[in-house]
Amino acid sequence: MKVLNTVLSAFRALKRNKMRSFLTMLGIIIGVSAVIVMLAIGQGAKFSVEQQINALGTNVLIVLPGSQQQGGIRMGAGSMTTLSEDDAFAIQKECPAVALVSPGTRGGGQVIAGSQNWATGVEGTGIDYLEIRKWSVEYGEFYTEQDIRSAAKVCVLGKTVADNLFPDASPVGQTIRIRSVPFKVVGVLKAKGQNAMGQDQDDLILAPYTTVARRLSWWPNLRQILVSATSSSGIAAAQNQITELLRMRHKIAPYDADDFTIRNQADLATAATATTDILTYLLASVAGVSLLVGGIGIMNIMLVSVTERTREIGIRMSVGARSRDILTQFLIEALVLSLLGGTTGIILGIVGSRVITGIVNWPTIISVFSILLAFGFSIGIGIFFGFYPARKAALLNPIDALRYE
Amino acid sequence: MMAGGTASGNANGHFITIEHLVKTYILGEVEVHALRGVTLSISQGEFVAIMGASGSGKSTFMNILGCLDKPTRGTYHLEDIDVGQLSRNDLARIRNRKIGFVFQGFNLLSRTTAIENVELPLLYGPSTNKERVQRAREALNLVGLADRAHHHPSQLSGGQQQRVAIARALVNAPRIVLADEPTGNLDSRTSVEVMEVFQQLNENGITIILVTHESDIAEFAKRQIVFRDGKIRSDKQVTARRWAADVIKQMPLLEDDDEDAA
Repeated sequence: MKVLNTVLSAFRALKRNKMRSFLTMLGIIIGVSAVIVMLAIGQGAKFSVEQQINALGTNVLIVLPGSQQQGGIRMGAGSMTTLSEDDAFAIQKECPAVALVSPGTRGGGQVIAGSQNWATGVEGTGIDYLEIRKWSVEYGEFYTEQDIRSAAKVCVLGKTVADNLFPDASPVGQTIRIRSVPFKVVGVLKAKGQNAMGQDQDDLILAPYTTVARRLSWWPNLRQILVSATSSSGIAAAQNQITELLRMRHKIAPYDADDFTIRNQADLATAATATTDILTYLLASVAGVSLLVGGIGIMNIMLVSVTERTREIGIRMSVGARSRDILTQFLIEALVLSLLGGTTGIILGIVGSRVITGIVNWPTIISVFSILLAFGFSIGIGIFFGFYPARKAALLNPIDALRYE
Repeated sequence: MMAGGTASGNANGHFITIEHLVKTYILGEVEVHALRGVTLSISQGEFVAIMGASGSGKSTFMNILGCLDKPTRGTYHLEDIDVGQLSRNDLARIRNRKIGFVFQGFNLLSRTTAIENVELPLLYGPSTNKERVQRAREALNLVGLADRAHHHPSQLSGGQQQRVAIARALVNAPRIVLADEPTGNLDSRTSVEVMEVFQQLNENGITIILVTHESDIAEFAKRQIVFRDGKIRSDKQVTARRWAADVIKQMPLLEDDDEDAA
């Protein structure tokens, strides 16, 4: 029997019991649309987490000096003075996976402006610091390459510092004193709020690293080198290249330990997306259970249908239908049911996801994968749950089927 | 499209050869001996009426002839084929290609049109869509129902439904038509009209085997076999064969709104 004819007659058979067919499909419709919506929500959540982490700079690497060890006492990362300005320049020049480099030092202390004072840290940075961090200046401007070269006493204030030192006036153009050293304020950073650990990212002052090293710190060398990789996937490459370069520059013998440490945020990102992934699949599998229930509904109705149509099966067999023809007929009927339900469910799932985004403002992403998954699942359910009733029909004895009342 | 007169048969020249056929059903713990050893041969072009009371085994015999059921013992050769050796699929193929069925209860698919019912056997054969529609038309034409092709069975009278069933039996050009009490649900005039169709088919060379318990219907056949208790009690040629076409002429025309002029 030709497949097209079988499909047409399956449609006709389902049309005969419109209400019943619809209710049977409803199980699949709800199941499929639930899977689609859950996957959309999960993938939307994953995307926004990724975006947030990207905003922190997933492609940022921090190179720290190694830990000092005196006798048995280890002093912790950054306690050695092994990183130099030239290391930073070399990383910029010789590591192809590295995009930007900002040498860093650190100072801090009481800051005075007029009658106000505030204790905060001073971050000595290179010119590309803002771009690596994806920060920006809100008022005024950032200091220049020239300022860094000449160790000019200029600084940019974080929003918190600006608000505390200059509650009423604009800080740009004013002079502040950091541990008695006068600095000219050239700009104020845009507020960033708290970071993932709850620290206020606006409570700091940025100044040229040369100035900080010379005026505010007893530290001749760099405290850190901030590096951005060309892309978040280039992090590993950048890390390897920097390690190799620094080991060479610091003349570290093979098998000796590094005298520096490299940290990145990619590990954090991986952990976070793994969590959202787990959440997504958890949601989807809960939805999948309803799909399974829908499948059982199909099996139930197909069994009823086979019983109801025993006589029809007998007639078809008497005019020459083979078991295979009957099997195909009922299997295709189950498939048509599940595919119609599946397609409707996919459309409903897409609409539902849009509605959720519109009303609750959750990000939802519908991937081709989730549509294919739902579609494949519908086919699978049609075949799996249609097979038993179809086989039952196909194995009927023609004479018994004909005599069935 | 008819099976014509291509005389084919097995070694002894018979179309159907049945030897020592036994059929035993087991219903619960009771053994029912429906057939207790039937030996019989039928030639191409015969018109056989099988008679007997209910429970005599005649329907069981027909079901085995029609490859719908298998005998418990004994052999059944249709042309050269030993039907007893065939698989389910092969039996389905024989039902499809060589045998046409007409049942007492018509057994039409109630929600499909007359022509779709007639097309049904062709769906399980190799014919194309175009061929199928054409052959179904021809078959409906032959039973005089061309103008009712798109009616559903519920819109047709009993006689018309039975003629649709006959058209369905004929559409695959079978060698043999098996009719199980085809007039059982019909009034006497319609019965004769249906018998007229069978007689015409038989004249065209199709072998017809008909189960009936009405002796006047059996008189339209060429040969009468009577079953009793699962055995053949008598097997004789009909001496005073009646012709349906003549009988109709003598019948009073009833007030009849559900029949077309055949």
